[in-house]
Amino acid sequence: MGVEGIGARVARKEDKRFITGKGRYTDDMVVPGMKHAVFVRSPHAHAKIKSIDTSSASAMPGVIGILDGKQLTEDGIGSLICGWAVHSKDGSPMNMGVWRPLAEDTVRYVGDAVLIVVADTGDQARAAAEAVVIDYEELPAVTTALAAMKDGAPQIHPEADHNLIFDWEIGNGADVDAAIANAAHVTNLDVDNNRLVPNAMEPRATLGVYDDSEEHYTCWTTSQNPHVARLVMSAFYNVAPENKLRVIAPDVGGGFGSKIYIYPEEIVCLWASKRTGVPVKWTADRTEAFLTDAHGRDHVSNIKIAFDADNRITALKVDTIANLGAYMSLFSSSVPTYLYATLLSGQYNIANVHANVRTVYTNTTPVDAYRGAGRPEASYLVERAMETAARELGVSPAELRRKNFITQFPHQTPVIMNYDGGDFGASLDAATKAADYDGFPARKAEAAGRGKLRGIGMSCYIEACGIAPSKAVGSLGAGVGLWESAEVRVNAVGTVEVLTGSHSHGQGHETTFAQLVAERLGVGMDTVSIVHGDTDKVQMGMGTYGSRSGAVGMSAVSVALDRVEAKAKKVAAHLLEADESDIIIENGELKVAGTDKSVPWFQMALACYTAHNLPDGMEPGLKESAFFDPTNFSFPAGCYICEVEVDPETGKTEIIQFVAADDFGNIINPMIVEGQVHGGVAQGIGQAMLESCIYDPDTGQLLTASYMDYAMPRADDLPSFDVSTTVTPSPSNPLGIKGCGEAGAIGSPPAVINAITDAIGSNKLEMPASPQAVWAALNAK
Amino acid sequence: MTSISLNVNGRQVSGEAEDRTLLVEFLRTNLGMTGTHVGCDTSQCGACVVHVDGQAVKSCTMLAVQANGSDVTTIEGLASNGTLHPVQKAFHENHGLQCGFCTPGMIMAATDMIRRHGSALDEKTVRQELEGNICRCTGYHNIVKSILAAAAEMGDAQQAAE
Ligand code: FES
Ligand code: FES
Repeated sequence: MGVEGIGARVARKEDKRFITGKGRYTDDMVVPGMKHAVFVRSPHAHAKIKSIDTSSASAMPGVIGILDGKQLTEDGIGSLICGWAVHSKDGSPMNMGVWRPLAEDTVRYVGDAVLIVVADTGDQARAAAEAVVIDYEELPAVTTALAAMKDGAPQIHPEADHNLIFDWEIGNGADVDAAIANAAHVTNLDVDNNRLVPNAMEPRATLGVYDDSEEHYTCWTTSQNPHVARLVMSAFYNVAPENKLRVIAPDVGGGFGSKIYIYPEEIVCLWASKRTGVPVKWTADRTEAFLTDAHGRDHVSNIKIAFDADNRITALKVDTIANLGAYMSLFSSSVPTYLYATLLSGQYNIANVHANVRTVYTNTTPVDAYRGAGRPEASYLVERAMETAARELGVSPAELRRKNFITQFPHQTPVIMNYDGGDFGASLDAATKAADYDGFPARKAEAAGRGKLRGIGMSCYIEACGIAPSKAVGSLGAGVGLWESAEVRVNAVGTVEVLTGSHSHGQGHETTFAQLVAERLGVGMDTVSIVHGDTDKVQMGMGTYGSRSGAVGMSAVSVALDRVEAKAKKVAAHLLEADESDIIIENGELKVAGTDKSVPWFQMALACYTAHNLPDGMEPGLKESAFFDPTNFSFPAGCYICEVEVDPETGKTEIIQFVAADDFGNIINPMIVEGQVHGGVAQGIGQAMLESCIYDPDTGQLLTASYMDYAMPRADDLPSFDVSTTVTPSPSNPLGIKGCGEAGAIGSPPAVINAITDAIGSNKLEMPASPQAVWAALNAK
Repeated sequence: MTSISLNVNGRQVSGEAEDRTLLVEFLRTNLGMTGTHVGCDTSQCGACVVHVDGQAVKSCTMLAVQANGSDVTTIEGLASNGTLHPVQKAFHENHGLQCGFCTPGMIMAATDMIRRHGSALDEKTVRQELEGNICRCTGYHNIVKSILAAAAEMGDAQQAAE
């Protein structure tokens, strides 16, 4: 490891612009003639639109245009799609309703877009939006999945009887039932997974620019995957053919999944730019973000784990109902199925696993992937049940887990996944040591002396990142491939540009990708630039989500670097009159091993471009590209331990320590990896103790639609974290990376709740464990 | 419309502001200084923090006309002659930012915090004082570390100067 290469704790290259106020986010963009858009949204959770009157609003100062869904339909703009086809267990396709970018006759959740108002200023657009008169006929609304499935519940889409989208299963059901019937002990637990709002700090924004002279569109947008946005807007929404549509995702202020999807606003602003003849910018305010950014989680589940007399798990059975909101968002169908139930074997050797999942429409904001996407729901279920089982069986939670750990790899689970490596015992050891797990009873006694209830809880999570290979995900219903592309351009002076289809919105790619190049080519990181986020610059890419940038995106760079190195060595061998197999690349030079003969990197590069003296038949230039498709998912795993102290008088819970011991495979920059864990754990603690998205069950109004009502984790809600890693490299990609972006949010909620339930001696506790909820659980005993 | 003039980052600027124009809008839209961000509508997130006459202020909570005649420092004005302010440097060195959206507000709030507490700042105080600044990326761990590092460095520098 050099000071800048793989494994080095390098401070980030991109920081300077952000700490000096020079970051360029979508809302910062200004183009000549730009105007401002405001969306008129449904104030009702479910209603028919009887009439729309825009006459007085249209005459207001500054108003350029007010456009509706009928005009959108006239212009042939398509409906929003779901990109992953999941079939019910009877083989039938999803019962998917229609989602128009602007609702024409029915609105199905508070925030559903009906009109776009374009005006000279944002204030004028807002004033005109308020002056629009829409006559609604209110319909009954339903907000929870359980209520939506009942007979007589409001029917949200004609396509979905009882609002059921699909009824899906995975695993070996008959064997599971037999094993449960014959078990020595069965742990049976009902568990909810609370609905969350992602809350990237940068609200979504988009700027649509139509150039009629070229019939060309440009879309600036807050996206995690601009190429997918272009593909979908071109292939499905008929905005423009791909060669006439440029999508740019500049600096993006966090995503956490919520900026994967192509929302109505991007489509409508592009279309409105053509209709009105002006560039149209829209930026969400925070309440709009709460109402319209895809939400996360919202599962209701039951889990049963069967044990034999020796406390070995013989079967695991899950029944889950997932609330998908009013429309099927882009990847909504995959989250409670292939990203969830496939991880229900956890870190454990279980011969029989079965899950049944029903997904349901409700009159709420669409639900899709949020940091972890399915895996937090799986690990919360499994790990709460394991801790519960240990208590019921009267054994140590750590030892019950250890006894059931998978220790031989590869390991085929009954639910598709083939775990290709790991060392779960190593993470458990690291975490229990860091937390002084064995010393807990003494600390508990000490706290009791002060009238406080101490608890300790553990979670041993496994998750799956870098979804792949494309052929396999295609066979499971995915509409896209999940490879990544890279191009490495060595300039004539030897500097390097890397074009990647990954997108950084906080992950630090400009640093870590440059570290990889520095390691491989022996050049300084300052001579390496990373280009991303613009479909005019990078040909194609699948973007950043599912912790895939390292495992998939950097692997593509690595393969392109192999090709650059191979050509560079050929050129150097020619220049040095040596054999190419003797050439090594080191410290900015290409050397003949074992001699003092060398050629500087930049001279070799220049030779590629002067092309005066290249081997016979070699093309000039030095630029290579790669599309990398991994052979398997990667499987980050780890052990998290949380220790809390509860004040029995108030129910207030303080986190005394939080330990995370992860196995992310090989690591490029430990500082950045730790930062990802910190952020993920904070979101997980937020879910466990603070955050909850609450709808009024009768009116369908979102009651938690601002930071006054939705409890975001603040600095004084959280401790400093103790994070460490153990390493088993991933065999599914050349860099051995597993991915670290989501683990924190996946592993932490069960650790927190296990700690609090340990402290209060009651297992009847749902997230978020607010002081009120903890106090109530404590006093309900 | 009211004409206002203020000193922003050492430069005298003037412009027309509607009575309802917020200081943050004036900075971002009228002056094109987009380093100061807007993350909420309820004065909770702190992405918009600037200094007005030396004190940290949420610029979404102050009208532009109220800042008439004031000295305003934004994130763009914190570094001097290309040298990063110690708080900026500490955020860089301690990985105190990820997506960077909360960062301008965090740095401006931190600078004010250190001005008030000096090197006596401890973790508990930093965490309490960050109550009005929300970050969704970092879990605050490295933000707290950055602020403590900057406070220590600035305290040392002050001692050396005395
Ligand atoms: S924008 Fe000022 S506090 Fe959120
Ligand atoms: S760094 Fe992204 S919100 Fe703080």
